[in-house]
Amino acid sequence: MGQRTALYDAHLAAGAKIVDFGGWDMPIHYGSQIQEHNVVREDAGMFDVSHMTVVDITGPDAQAYLQYLLANDVAKLTSEGKALYSGMLNEKGGVIDDLIVYRADALGGYRVVVNCATREKDLAWMNQQIAKFDAQLTEKPDLAMIAVQGPEAIEKAKQATSAEQAAVIEQLAIFQGLPCGDWFIGRTGYTGEDGLEIMIPASEAQTFWDALLNQGVKPAGLGARDTLRLEAGMNLYGNDMDETITPWQAGMGWTLALKDEREFIGKAALLAEKEAGIEYKLVGLVLETRGVMRSHQKVIFTTSDKTGEVTSGTFSPTLQQSIAMARVPADAGTECAVDMRGKAVPVRMVKMPFVRNGKKVYE
Amino acid sequence: MAQIPAELKYVASHEWIRNEGNGIVTVGITDFAQEQLGDVVFVELPEVGSEVNKDDAIAVVESVKAASDIYAPVSGEIVEVNESLVDEPEKANSEPYDDAWFFKVKLSEESELEDLLSADEYAAECE
Repeated sequence: MGQRTALYDAHLAAGAKIVDFGGWDMPIHYGSQIQEHNVVREDAGMFDVSHMTVVDITGPDAQAYLQYLLANDVAKLTSEGKALYSGMLNEKGGVIDDLIVYRADALGGYRVVVNCATREKDLAWMNQQIAKFDAQLTEKPDLAMIAVQGPEAIEKAKQATSAEQAAVIEQLAIFQGLPCGDWFIGRTGYTGEDGLEIMIPASEAQTFWDALLNQGVKPAGLGARDTLRLEAGMNLYGNDMDETITPWQAGMGWTLALKDEREFIGKAALLAEKEAGIEYKLVGLVLETRGVMRSHQKVIFTTSDKTGEVTSGTFSPTLQQSIAMARVPADAGTECAVDMRGKAVPVRMVKMPFVRNGKKVYE
Repeated sequence: MAQIPAELKYVASHEWIRNEGNGIVTVGITDFAQEQLGDVVFVELPEVGSEVNKDDAIAVVESVKAASDIYAPVSGEIVEVNESLVDEPEKANSEPYDDAWFFKVKLSEESELEDLLSADEYAAECE
């Protein structure tokens, strides 16, 4: 038996199929992953993401610490509530994890959400680096987290919360998060739809989940979460990047704040790689015929002997065909095929994302 | 719990077999198999007229999760395939024992039927 979130019984009551996910017993789906996916694209779905790790950074050096720790620059968070996506890199520029950091003045600093599967190494690294700074790191294991996502998510979440909480939701711009009592509400997500990620005391999670159910928000499992994020062109740590891959090679170049003198871990390696020429890039692939691309399949090119590899592949319920992310040589051209079960199947290379706000977006 | 109809025969690779009585068997995938696969999105069927050997991989089911081979549970000739499954692969999830049969085989070795599992024996395989 793995660890269980405060919502474990709620998942069973909703008919969940439970699987092990990084040591946690989590719902993979509640009957049909595709239906759950479609609900999020068309209406509102909710995910239990309580397995994710929440860490607060406080103290006089909180900002300086995060500026040194992260490849993106928290100085960009010019007002309370703003949030930032960043990689946390090792000295070689490899991605230890990707995370979201919210500027949370009311909590005395910043709130950071990191992945569950990487929790231990993340905390070890963050604790090691904080020694030089007058700052504190506090894990918040008593928080549950529910992601409410979809075009109707915000409206339905407002109906399921108190007037005071609804007022906070109302004032959030996209990619902002604010506390409300002992709740913390972020207008963020991992689906390519509008919506919220709400951190809440574990003891209140079941009541809030039920209130969302009453507003017609449908439970969605980790299976749908994966197809939604892939359609949205969002990386999955461990699939699309890891400690051996730099942000340049993981479609995360946009998260690198390199323009000023700020020193951060991995910066020298990133600059050297750029100088030498970046060898690989992450691209989107679309399969316009039948079949489904899967991670680790080989990508072969018409005009080059070099090969690439699918890092994440799935069937896209929105597009009704297979889509994938692949790491490919930067100079191998665009005409390519994927080796699917011994057969070279031609695919189209596209610019991600594949889907935003319910609609196909690539050319 | 996955349904395992008593009147059908099974193989451990999760195909079911219905003896039509005229030397022909109908083959599909079990409820247990479709549950494990999750939403089925593509089905690839064998060619009508092809000769198949027992345990050959002759069809493919692609779900959101994985691609899985479907094996011939008996040897013989493929005499019919369920084309409707190509357009509506989701039927493999909703009605695995009815509309979602995959193919029919004209037996070349009638004795192979004796090797198939009963519902009880198959249920034990699923535990």
